[in-house]
Amino acid sequence: MNLRALLNILTGRQDSKDVAKERLRLVLVHDRASVSPEFLDKIKEEMIQVISKYMDIDEKQTQIKMHRSEGTAVLEANLAIKSIRRNV
Amino acid sequence: MGEVIVITSGKGGVGKTTTTANLGVGLAMKNKNVVLIDADIGLRNLDVVMGLENRIVYDLVDVVEGNCRTKQALIRDKRHDNLFLLPAAQTRDKNAVSPEQMQKLCEELKQEFDFILVDCPAGIEQGFRNAIAGADQAVIVTTPEVSAVRDADRIIGLLEAAEIKLSRLLINRLRPDMVKRGDMMDIDDIVEILAIELIGVIPDDEKIIISTNRGEPVVTNNNSLAGQAYRNVVQRLLGETVSFLDLHQHHSFFSRLKRLIGFGG
Ligand SMILES: Nc1ncnc2c1ncn2[C@@H]1O[C@H](COP(=O)(O)OP(=O)(O)O)[C@@H](O)[C@H]1O
Ligand SMILES: [Mg+2]
Repeated sequence: MNLRALLNILTGRQDSKDVAKERLRLVLVHDRASVSPEFLDKIKEEMIQVISKYMDIDEKQTQIKMHRSEGTAVLEANLAIKSIRRNV
Repeated sequence: MGEVIVITSGKGGVGKTTTTANLGVGLAMKNKNVVLIDADIGLRNLDVVMGLENRIVYDLVDVVEGNCRTKQALIRDKRHDNLFLLPAAQTRDKNAVSPEQMQKLCEELKQEFDFILVDCPAGIEQGFRNAIAGADQAVIVTTPEVSAVRDADRIIGLLEAAEIKLSRLLINRLRPDMVKRGDMMDIDDIVEILAIELIGVIPDDEKIIISTNRGEPVVTNNNSLAGQAYRNVVQRLLGETVSFLDLHQHHSFFSRLKRLIGFGG
């Protein structure tokens, strides 16, 4: 660790380049996800496929979306369960 | 068979035209036959950066519309016999050329030239689509700023979708003093975020502005760090392995001072 990094920790300051990098990372998550409208649909479809091995999912009531929360991008999935299989 | 390389960025003003001119001259200095196409229709610039603005008779639109033969529109460089410019039309709009016409033109030029460099307009609309239509590979120019890197990311996605086989990143206007202070993203930061191969890093250098004033690309200047950086990019385009310049060493005031007073550095 160099002196500047140490000073930053002590003062709670953040280098502007680190701020830039963090903002960029977040904004690209959103850009990349929203460029293709099928992107989230595809995730949804595959997620349901995997989970269906264990439980019955109501596809119509299933929602998946991406949003921002306290400095990170969050993928939120709401899956409505119809029933759970017995012998998993 | 020649190679068509599009120089593109998304964001304007990051150094596409400067890069096209310097790589073109650099390749010509390596005895390659080169033609530069200014695809920025309506905002012609490459001619002045090359110092060829007084020699224009025909332009890109004249060629695709068949008003002249391709050869007639090519302007020979002042210093390099093996370097040509096909200027953009200044009074037309981007729809004057179609991707199909551009592709055909590139195919024709590939028969005779080793390298065809296409200077792309800013944006992701028709002008961009035209510029990439005939390209085999791309050099994506960015500066170390959030907006420029963001646009570069978008462009990389579009180039992938267009199945351009090789896209490499050129980081322009890096300021080692600011990187050192933690006030500018470093090369590694940008490469990590974009996850793309790096083809070069050009420092912010006032010699670029001075040489552009004279219409003589900086790549010919042996005393310019940016010139050296562009010469390295040229070698990489030619498939040679060249290590990246240590920009910090050259620019740091203290290392220069230490060298001056005999402390190595
Ligand atoms: N490495 C650099 N150092 C200093 N100035 C630069 C550098 N690269 C480009 N410039 C300047 O930035 C401006 C925009 O460059 P240009 O090549 O015209 O960008 P673009 O074609 O992407 O719009 C020009 O005035 C140019 O001289
Ligand atoms: Mg330009």
